[in-house]
Parts: sequence; C-alpha cells; structure tokens
Amino acid sequence: MFRFVLRRLVVAAVTLAVISLVTFGLFFAVPSSPAKVMCGKNCTTEDIAQVEQRLGIDQPLPRQYADFVKGVFVGRTYGSGDFRQDCPAPCLGYSFRNNQPVTEIITQRLPVTLSIVFGGAVLWLALGISLGMVSALRRGTVFDRAAIGITLAGASMQVYFFGLVLLYLLVYATGLLPFPSYTPLTENPARWAVGLLLPWMTLGFLNSALYARLSRAQMLETLSEDFVRTARAKGLSTRQVHTRHALRAAITPIVTIAGLDIGTSLGGTFITETIFGLQGLGKATVEAVQFLNLPVVMATVLLAAVFIVVANIVVDVLYAVIDPRVRLN
Amino acid sequence: MSTVNGRLPAAIVGEPEPRAPEALLRVRGLTKHFPVRGALGGRALVRAVDGLDFDVRPGETLGLVGESGCGKTTTGRMLVRLLDSTSGSIEFAGRDITHARRGELRPLRQDLQIIFQDPYASLNPRHTVGRIVAMPLQVNGINPPGGTKKRVQELLELVGLNPEHYNRYPHEFSGGQRQRIGIARALALRPKLIVADEPVSALDVSIQAQVINLLRDLQRDLDLAFVFIAHDLAVVRHFCHRVAVMYLGKIVEIGDRNDIYQHPQHPYTRALLSAIPDVTTLGPAGRIRLAGDVPTPLNPPSGCRFRTRCWKAQDHCATEEPALITRDGGTQLTACHYPERGALSETKAAAVG
Amino acid sequence: MVKLPASRSGEGPYLRVKDLRVRFDTEDGVVRAVDGVSFSVERGRTLGIVGESGSGKSVTSLAILGLHNAKRATISGEISVGGRQLVGLPEEEVRRLRGRDMAMIFQDPLSALHPYYTVGRQIAEAYRVHHPRAGRREARGRAVEMLGRVGIPQPGKRFDQYPHEFSGGMRQRAMIAMALVNDPDLLIADEPTTALDVTVQAQILDLLEDLQQEFQSAIILITHDLGVVSQVADDVLVMYGGRAVEHGSVEQVLRRPQHPYTWGLLSSVPSLHGDADADLVPIKGNPPSLINLPSGCAFHPRCRYADRNGDRSRTDVPELRQVVERGHLVACHLPEAARQRIYRDEIAQVGVAR
Repeated sequence: MFRFVLRRLVVAAVTLAVISLVTFGLFFAVPSSPAKVMCGKNCTTEDIAQVEQRLGIDQPLPRQYADFVKGVFVGRTYGSGDFRQDCPAPCLGYSFRNNQPVTEIITQRLPVTLSIVFGGAVLWLALGISLGMVSALRRGTVFDRAAIGITLAGASMQVYFFGLVLLYLLVYATGLLPFPSYTPLTENPARWAVGLLLPWMTLGFLNSALYARLSRAQMLETLSEDFVRTARAKGLSTRQVHTRHALRAAITPIVTIAGLDIGTSLGGTFITETIFGLQGLGKATVEAVQFLNLPVVMATVLLAAVFIVVANIVVDVLYAVIDPRVRLN
Repeated sequence: MSTVNGRLPAAIVGEPEPRAPEALLRVRGLTKHFPVRGALGGRALVRAVDGLDFDVRPGETLGLVGESGCGKTTTGRMLVRLLDSTSGSIEFAGRDITHARRGELRPLRQDLQIIFQDPYASLNPRHTVGRIVAMPLQVNGINPPGGTKKRVQELLELVGLNPEHYNRYPHEFSGGQRQRIGIARALALRPKLIVADEPVSALDVSIQAQVINLLRDLQRDLDLAFVFIAHDLAVVRHFCHRVAVMYLGKIVEIGDRNDIYQHPQHPYTRALLSAIPDVTTLGPAGRIRLAGDVPTPLNPPSGCRFRTRCWKAQDHCATEEPALITRDGGTQLTACHYPERGALSETKAAAVG
Repeated sequence: MVKLPASRSGEGPYLRVKDLRVRFDTEDGVVRAVDGVSFSVERGRTLGIVGESGSGKSVTSLAILGLHNAKRATISGEISVGGRQLVGLPEEEVRRLRGRDMAMIFQDPLSALHPYYTVGRQIAEAYRVHHPRAGRREARGRAVEMLGRVGIPQPGKRFDQYPHEFSGGMRQRAMIAMALVNDPDLLIADEPTTALDVTVQAQILDLLEDLQQEFQSAIILITHDLGVVSQVADDVLVMYGGRAVEHGSVEQVLRRPQHPYTWGLLSSVPSLHGDADADLVPIKGNPPSLINLPSGCAFHPRCRYADRNGDRSRTDVPELRQVVERGHLVACHLPEAARQRIYRDEIAQVGVAR
C-alpha cells in the first residue's frame, strides 16, 4: 500500500510540473502583454518596460519559469532597491492587478469554495444515494417512478437556471433566506450555514439527480449478482442482505465518481459563486484570466490540478480499502 | 524441451508412415511468457506456454487438451497471430509466420482461420449475418464468382442454416445457430487450417452433438486441418485424429487418438481420462484421484511440472525435466520418466491420496 | 422463535414436491418455467435433475428454497420439506429454514461468494444467522472446522482470505462448507462442478458423496452432464420445457431409458468408449422457448417418433406414467409395445445407452 501511494505521488508531482509548464507557456502565447493591461492607456514604452521589469516578465521564458519554481519552494525576491519585495516560500508571486500576494488571495478564497463544495457534496451524496437505493429496492413502484422523474428533471437542469429560481423563490419572493454570503465557519457556524444554504441546495439537488440515477443502476445490478442470491440462500433477512451484501458492492463505483466530482469542484464552482455573489476560487480564476493576471492564474490552475490529483489518489486508496481484490494487485 | 535448430529427429515428429505429406503447420519451441507485476511490486513471468513442438498435416485434426491454465487457449491465439509469441517458431504452409507483419499475414489469413468459444460475444450484434459472413471476403478484396451474396448463401447452406436468413441479426438465432454462423465466417475464405477454441463448450448437449457432426462433415468434405482446443476429452475423441495433452504450458503426451485414449503413458493423461464421469459407467468407478490443484504458472515446479500431483514421482523428477520422446515401445511421445504401461483400464484401481 | 413441528425423525421422504408450477409474467408473455413437476428425495439419497438450458431445472431448485421474487413469480403446488409445507408460507418462516434445514451450492463459486468479505466471515455469518446466541469466536471455530472438513488445508489461515485468493476448486469447497455449516437435511447443488476442471470436479463429487455418508442429507444435484449424474445420483429426473419427461432410478433412466428425449440426450453425448469414428446422433432442432412452448408434448417438434400415434403428440400433453418397471415413469404417447420395439431395434445398439 505504501509503495502504491508513493508511486502515485511521484506521478502526481510530474503531472503538476507538466500542467504548470503548459499554463506558463499558454500565457505567453497570448498576444497582449499584462504590463500593457496594467499600465493603462497613456503608457510610454519606457513605462511598460519598467512595469515588465517589476513584474519580472522581461526575462526570457525559461528563466521566468525557473524563478517561479524557485519561489514556490524557497521563496524569491522581486525587483531591487526601493521596489525590493521579499516573498517567502511558498511564493506564488503578486497579483498583477493590486499587488496582493497570491498566497493571500488563495487563503481568502479557498475556504469559500471548500465550504460550498463540501456542504453541497454532503447534501448531494446523502440525498442522491439514499434516493437511488430506495428506488432500486422499490423498483417499479410509484416512489421509484417519481424519483426517476425528479432526477431526470434535475439531471437536465443547469445551475444558472435552478440557482436563480431558488434565489427568486426563497430570497426575493418569500424572504425565507437571506441573500447568500460567506461568514467563516470559525466565526459563526450558524451564519456560515445559513449564508451558504442556497448554493448547497442548488448543487445538492442538481448533483443528487446524477447520483440517484447512478446508485439506482448500481444497486439494481448488484441485486442481480450471484452473491446476493447466496446471501438470501443462507437465510439472512432482506435487510441484512441489502445493507451488508448489496450496498457495500453497489457503493464502490459511486465512491470513485464522488471523489473525482468533489476534486473537480474544488477547483472552483464558478457559476454557483457568480450567481450567489460569493468570492470563491472559481471567480478568482475567471477574473484573473480576464486580466491576464499570470500569478493568480498559475496559482489557481495549479491548485485545481492538485485537488484533482489528490482526489484521484484518495479514490484509489479508498478503492483498495473497499475492494480487497484491488489491494493485492 | 530444447530443440536444436528447430529440427527434430523423425522419431519425435512421430510419423510412422514414410509417405507422410509435408506438415501444413509446424510449431517449434513455441513459448509465451506474460510479464506481470508480482505481489511485492517485483516483476514476474507467467509461463503460459513453455516450448511446444508439434505438427499438423493437411486435412489432419489435432486436439489440444488440458485443464484451465495449461496454455491451450494462448497457444491457439499465437497460431493465428492474435498474440505474439515470446520465442519459438510457427511455420505455416512452408513459410515462417512467427513474425510476419500485417501485410504479409493477409494472404495467410485466408488459409488460417479461428472459431471462438462464445458464439454470443464473437459476432457483432449490429451486423446482419450476411455481412458477418461476407466480411472476410470484403476485407481481403475477394469477389467470388456469382457475387458475394451467392457465396454467403452457399456458406450458410453449407453449415446447415437457411440461406434466406442472410439479412437477419445474430440475436435472432439460437446459440448453436450462432456457432454455425461463426463457422460459416471461418469457411468463407476456404481456409486450409482452422483453429477452433472450445467451439462447443458453451452449447447444450443436444446442440453440441449437431455442431460436432457439422465440423466432422466439413473436415472430411473440405479436407480441412484443425487445431481443436477443448477441455472435454470425450468431445476431442470424436473429432481428432491426433491428441496433444497439455499441462502447465507443456505438452506431456502427444500421439494418435487410439494410443492416447487406450494406452496412455503419461500419468496425467491417465488421471485426466479417469476423472471424466462417463455415462456408460454407473456409480463411482475406480477413478484416479489427483490431489490439489494445478500449480501456478508463475512459479511452475522444477523438473517435471506434474510431479507435485503425481503418484509415481521420484526425487529424480524434481531435477531432470523429462523429454517428449517415444517411451517403452509406445508410438506416442511422452514426457515422463516413469511412463505407465498397458491399457487404460489396468490402472483404474490406483487411487492417489 | 417460530415453533416448528418435529421433523428430523419424520417418516417418508424429506423433500416432497407435488405438481409444482412456477410462472413468470413478463412483457413478452407468460413464462411457464416449471409446469407440474413432482418428485421426492429421501435422506441419504441423491436425485439428479437433468435438462438443457430452459428446461426448468434451476427454477425448480430456487422455488424449493423460496428464492424467487414473490412479485414476479407465481408458485403453486406443494413443496414439503421435513413435513412442512413451504408454498404459501410467509417469507419470514421460509427464511428461517433457508440455510438451516435446506442449503444450496451454486454453479460459479467466484460470483456466488461476496468479493469484499473473507471466506471465513461469510461462512461464520451463515452460522450466526441461525445461531443468534453464538458469539464471534464460536462462529469462527465452527467455520474453521467446516473448512477443514471439506478438505481445505490450513483452515485457520484460509479463514481470513478472500474468495479471489482461493483456486476454483477450493472456492467450491468453501461454498460447500458454507452450505453445510448448519448441518442441513436437504442440500441442493446447482451445477456444482460445471465451472471446474475435470480432475477438480472428480474431487468435489467425491467430497459431496463423503459428506452425504456422514450427514445423511438428501441431495438434489442439478446438472446438464449425464456423466456426472451417472456417477453420483440414485434417482434421475429428466426435464424438458419445464416438465418432467422421465423419472426413475439411475439404472432405469440411464440404462433402460424409455423417453425419446432421453434417448436423444444419451446418443448426443460423446463418450470415451465405443466407436469414435461413428457420428453422434444429435436431437434435431433447438430447445423450445418457454414463452411459446409447442402444444401437446413439448418435445414433439424434435421427436423422431412423434408421427407414430396420429395427432396425439401435437394435441395432448402426455402424462407421466409408470412403464414396465415399478418407479420408472415416462411421459410419452408412444404405445408401450411400440416403444419397446423402437428401443430394442434402434436405440439399444447405438449411442451410449448400449
């Protein structure tokens, strides 16, 4: 198991290096210069050159990349003399836009996205899996058909539509909920939860639709497996057969998909954040791309990649924990 | 077993008749090792097939029998080049096809066909039967006289299907009929040799007999050579002129049908034959009981691979691998230091703990 | 606890099935998977049920254990196990018998065992479900004992291994250990050796025989392999299209078969003896669809002799009646004399029935 994780970590490091290189390269393939964007309309060539020097983008590309990597691991120093700025590791640079350290931006934005995604995930997994399992066990009943109908609607809806409908119904029309806002969990848990309830419900409902369909299909497949018949032949009660034997086998593929889904969402739930005006990572990424804000783009892209890579490893480890057949190979 | 220059003395090829025609298929030292990752992350080799020598003459049927894991299916796949061999050579119609490339293989494909076990999985469900059977003709750019459709209908008729059904889909046929479709497809190019991998094992008893009879008729009428891979020795007996018994990637005994079934020399062949429950004997007959399972091909026993389950094994068997040669005046080749003698029935009582 | 009638010392056959019918209503129509089958098995005896795919042999066995989905299958007739009538009994009561008084061994032990639980745990679970007061340790001890009993070396160590770490033969032994852990009086083995190699099959058949000697259970062995039946069965039931076509002792059915279908089966089977160059004599056509079973005798479209008694084979379903010997039942319209003549002139010489 240890070797397995180690091997995966090495692969992960290589993946991240490649992603950072590609992002870096892509950025410089864009014709317009961030210095020009920052400097404004009435900039002389000298002004631009100065800005470029300060941003460190006057250097050749490989050098810049090396500086970036150095900054991440040991820290780096920008400019010289009066403009000298020490940036300790892990240094992701400064925002081109407002000179804010990128690490600071990340630490501000990350908790927002984490809160949205984890809250939403709890909701969508609990709702989706239980709905799916119950409709599988009551296949063909009214409950099952209703569940299929609702999930079909959910699966075909979009965040920006459903989110806005919820916003209208629960905030503007009835005032049941306040407009979504982010309060750190450590500050006031109740306000944290109330403020994020709407995005949770939006994500929860839409994603649970997919999970319900998946769980239902998985459970139906598992129920027709030979080992379920064996369990019944042993004289186990229906409940024991379902929970001990069927559920455990049916849940495995769901764990995989849930892990990857959560990993991907952590990179940013841009649409949800935008609709509800929450300052999360997704929004930060899109804004940074609009302004050619290289340091922020680099950081958010890499962070998203880290989440996906880590989610992959976690899923693999979980898989090995659940399925003993994976453990040996 | 080792072979010098891929040539074996006449005794080993085992052809008593001097006018024996040139072999259609000549296999020497055929080996397949699959690399796998071991439990501790190390590399290991599965010795699936480990040095096979055999010939198949035109119009002859060779049965390749053995239990699961003996390498018979891997061998079949190597023969039609669905798998590349690790070492050894395969000569077909006088040409070495061991490493032939796709383009070079194409003309050979016409002469060398395969029939698979599972008639459900080996037919494309979205193609009509006519298209399935015509596919080999089209792929090879062959325009038979009278047109493809006429040829397809002839083929369907040949295998006992209604030629009017050429535009039906595989799911409209029963298991036995699907296997007939597979056979028609294999026959489309008028091959000289067919590798049949467990062609009747998935079929019901009554259907199995129909397909065996069909294959026998085709074999006789078209003078086809077969490599017939099966685990059922009774089926092989009804179809094959010669039989090779495999154990853990090696041939342990090869010879004419009568020798193998009536005077088997290798203890494994005897055990295998006596383990088959036969309808003609009621009640538990004096069967030879082999203890345990087939060992893993990852780490096969040294010397004779069968020694761990053999009741005649001596210390000698662990150190020296027995060559596949004629022994004790038998006409078949046997890889055993202590071959059995006499007719099969005489060892029936020998029980093994 | 439900109070159960004293049954262990009951007289007569342990299992008695009378006019069993199992019907499935599907979108394509009604499937009469089992259509009026009767048989009985005494303790210490083995009944072989033989048939091709779709003959209803597996459906029969699942019906005895009450494993059909009650919503989809309609079961009628009588199934009496140790004197208890199972048809119509509430699920909860059948459940208590399952695994305790009657147990089952399935065809493919790899898919029949749960891949995520250790073999030992699955056996212990079967024990504890019927011994609610047994502790974990007692259940483990019992499971290890059973693993040893079915010939698995190092049972203590094997207890903690997963099914995929067992070989095919060992897995089937573990399956047998699980079925026998509660010492059932009825054991149903559904194609228990079909997925195994012949040398391993021989081991497993021996083991079943040994265990039967020891536990005196009644065994139903379901198989398509007449060879297997000839080795271990005392009685044989031949099924076709959901009905019994021939029933009798193994001697009667395999040595002196009287039904054209049994004749056909026996002459289709390749044998290790006799003339290897002679063609096999297959049954023409294909097994019937259960949704659209041929009228009259379901076998008539494939039967060589269906024309010999006018239209009767096409219109009337033949009853299972005694022929010649006591206990030998055959469902065929052929007149006794005609059948005897056909058997003597055409069947006795060819095929393995000889």
